[in-house]
Amino acid sequence: MALSQTEVLAGLAEIVNEETGIATDAVALEKHFTNDLDIDSISMMTIVVNCEDKFGVKIPDEEVKNLETVGDAVNFIVSAS
Amino acid sequence: MTKPELKQFDTVKYSRIYALGAARGELVVTNDDVAGPIDSSDEWIRQRTGIVTRRRAGANTSLMDLAVAASNEAIAGAGINPSEIGAVIFSTITHQYATPSAAALLAELVGANPAPAYDISAACAGYCYGIAQADAMVRSGLAKFVLVVGGEKLSDFIDPTDRTISFLLGDGAGAAIVGPSEYAGIGPTVWGSDGSKWDAVGMTSSMLDFRDGKSSWPTIRQEGQTVFRWAVWEMAKVAKQALEAAGIEASDLSALVTHQANIRIIDEMVKQLDLPENVAVARDIVNTGNTSAASVPLAMHELLRTGEVKSGGYALEIGFGAGLAFAAQVVVLP
Repeated sequence: MALSQTEVLAGLAEIVNEETGIATDAVALEKHFTNDLDIDSISMMTIVVNCEDKFGVKIPDEEVKNLETVGDAVNFIVSAS
Repeated sequence: MTKPELKQFDTVKYSRIYALGAARGELVVTNDDVAGPIDSSDEWIRQRTGIVTRRRAGANTSLMDLAVAASNEAIAGAGINPSEIGAVIFSTITHQYATPSAAALLAELVGANPAPAYDISAACAGYCYGIAQADAMVRSGLAKFVLVVGGEKLSDFIDPTDRTISFLLGDGAGAAIVGPSEYAGIGPTVWGSDGSKWDAVGMTSSMLDFRDGKSSWPTIRQEGQTVFRWAVWEMAKVAKQALEAAGIEASDLSALVTHQANIRIIDEMVKQLDLPENVAVARDIVNTGNTSAASVPLAMHELLRTGEVKSGGYALEIGFGAGLAFAAQVVVLP
């Protein structure tokens, strides 16, 4: 069953918070991982792997570069779930 | 007439590492020294990689100089005569000649001639590959003592403007003498490769492209995210397999000595392995940088030199890198 956007956003925000300390309410759909949240490529990969575990989806390496905003990631996970 | 039965080598039950040797490039290269061409800063590099300085060799110091220095220390520490060395294995990706091997010259320079000698190309996994082979050679009776060296002069193959890996790299050599033992000193090696990621770490071009003017001097580069994911999550599995194969738990370890690629790989692996706090974690990368095949023996040597760990404890050593190639084994600290 596909996860809802709200569920994924909440889960992703927790993962981002755990990796970077960024407050969960700052992790909004329109935020750019690099430009707004200052998340580097290695932290991004840790977030990706933790998302795979949490949501039971596969996010290939070549897809990671397309996940520029929180919304990109949420939408990918929702459609893959 | 009856056919005489062939003789085979008498086997030896156990092997161990007798001693280590270490040599680092003589130049201390700071983050400020490398930050300019990559439009970075000391703070950014420390935060992203954990590196404060990397050690590099000057123009007058060769890969062989580093290897000989490390080897001589290991030979002296083992208390053996170099003529007793039955094989020399040199793991390197920065030997300047496709042939002859670096190992044959090293054997000559340390007094081990006519020992068989050959190089291994397994990049950052190379030293652990070498320990695996030395362990097998000693226990099979093929050699009594084996000199294993991981050595690199990576600074010959860096691009100062490369943001993927060049600024991490350092020069050095680490050496070990492996020989027969009264007790189990080298656990089963868990090793392998994944050629489906052949392009993830490597050179910017081939030597033929360089010869034909199609590329500039080949330098090392990597796909950082792909390598990071593999190095942490896949290698954590390999590390656990090596513990299991050795019949011990993470809590039995005195030290974890991973390839010194990036402090964040090391820290994340510690988390994945659920390593107890009393296990010493090698973080030689902070002062030495990433020295590829040399990094595991250099980091283990440093833990012993500073007294962070004592001889006789168990250490899980794991090398991983270009190939992709990997190897892990539990060893008794010399």
